[in-house]
Amino acid sequence: MEVSRHWRLQKQRYELVGETCDSCGVKLFPPRDVCLECEAPAQELYTFTGLGEVFSYTTIYDAPAGFEHNAPYQVALIKLEEGPIVTAQLTDMALDEAYIGMPVEMVTRKLRTDGEEGMIVYGYKFRPICFEPVVN
Amino acid sequence: MQEVAILGVGQIPVREHWDLSLRQLAVDAGRAALADADVAKVDGIFVSNMTSGRLNKQRHLGAMVADYLGQRGVEAVKLEAACGSAGSAMRQGILAVASGEMEAVLVIGAEKLTDTGFTETTSALATAADADYEIIQGVTFVGLNALIMRRYMHEYGYQREDFAPFALNAHANGAKNPNAMFRDPISQKIYDNGRIVADPISLFDASPIGDGAAALLLVPASKAPNAVRVVGSAVSTDTLAIHDREDPLWLKAAELSAKQAYEQAGIGPEAIDIFELHDAFSIMAALSLESCGFAERGEGVKMGQRGDILANGRLPISTMGGLKGRGHPVGATGLYQLAEAVLQIRGDAGEAQIDGVNIAMTQNIGGSGATIATHILKRP
Repeated sequence: MEVSRHWRLQKQRYELVGETCDSCGVKLFPPRDVCLECEAPAQELYTFTGLGEVFSYTTIYDAPAGFEHNAPYQVALIKLEEGPIVTAQLTDMALDEAYIGMPVEMVTRKLRTDGEEGMIVYGYKFRPICFEPVVN
Repeated sequence: MQEVAILGVGQIPVREHWDLSLRQLAVDAGRAALADADVAKVDGIFVSNMTSGRLNKQRHLGAMVADYLGQRGVEAVKLEAACGSAGSAMRQGILAVASGEMEAVLVIGAEKLTDTGFTETTSALATAADADYEIIQGVTFVGLNALIMRRYMHEYGYQREDFAPFALNAHANGAKNPNAMFRDPISQKIYDNGRIVADPISLFDASPIGDGAAALLLVPASKAPNAVRVVGSAVSTDTLAIHDREDPLWLKAAELSAKQAYEQAGIGPEAIDIFELHDAFSIMAALSLESCGFAERGEGVKMGQRGDILANGRLPISTMGGLKGRGHPVGATGLYQLAEAVLQIRGDAGEAQIDGVNIAMTQNIGGSGATIATHILKRP
């Protein structure tokens, strides 16, 4: 059980809340309070759009404990449109569909389970963008 | 700061040692190094290990090892930096001797990975990565390296088969090392047919799980005129997670630590005779060669294809099997690399001996590149 550990991260897991650097304006995810680029304080919250593209991907056949229910599954590095890269699973697609550069969007899915009666951890995964966004 | 020399080395063959405990492995390697140096008492012991708290339910290894080595009373502590623990412990041992605080220091790396099942062991190894932002996504440590390898292939236009020379070279050299876990060479065909673990990484692009221990005895160079010299020693860090790196295809900590080590030694990469790099995965070997200045960006794989990395090549790597052939008992690995470099310089590498090794470099990587220790050793 690590209820508080996962509860603390709900803003990140469910909404992709990161930070903006006060000094150079770089967007950060995950939040780290100190800018990766210029090392200035970066504590202003910023909610990412959840849009990005596949930077790299792989298929996990030997799943770690807690992830067996989902195997085989794909994990990717997603380059968010604001710049940062996140590690996340691909979902709602077949194993042979992924390619580098594929446009994807964030969705909320089950990440892991702790047995039949344990906690279920939810968080972000990314799926192909199915429809073109409406432009006004 | 005074110059440091390596007076003794000890290694336990890397195996699935069902008959040896973590304690026994560490003590046997330590005793071997003491015997090799002909030293009975030391002033300090630095133990390196990654997983003992979780897999062996034993921490506090400094005191445990000092006690069972007959060195009760001496200062002893364990250091941990994931798979880079041993290189980091070596660095601390060197600082202790170089500063003049200690005269004889034992650095012992030990790891016991096979008492537990595959899932538990790999979960423990995965703690090298970012638990909240990498591992929670179900990615394994192999998976993280696969993400780097696929991007590398995409950016530079390589196929999976192009990485084969790293695995073939490591296994060919491991066959000549009695301490290696794997003693048989492999062919291109065997490599090509390797089971995919996390595409594009196959079984033959990944190092095995094994138990082992290795130890070095350090003294001031002034006390050991004929012993191998440490002429460069540096540890650098980078972001814990791959996704936070400015460039996921560049080992910044390798570049920084190698640069410092070159400066300390007063040499450049062209002066290195052999390079014991951290080939936990084939892709890491390529990145290490590039980040340390042996190859241009994206050209590390070509050093394999050209045969530069072979025992008779321009820059022999993994000369006694590397992590792939000798094995990768994580917290001990960096000390195996250093012990092998010492044997090569001394001319004691047996069948694996490379002719005329004067200067050897070793590089030990923690996680996917977050801690990197680089050492340069020289013939006295």
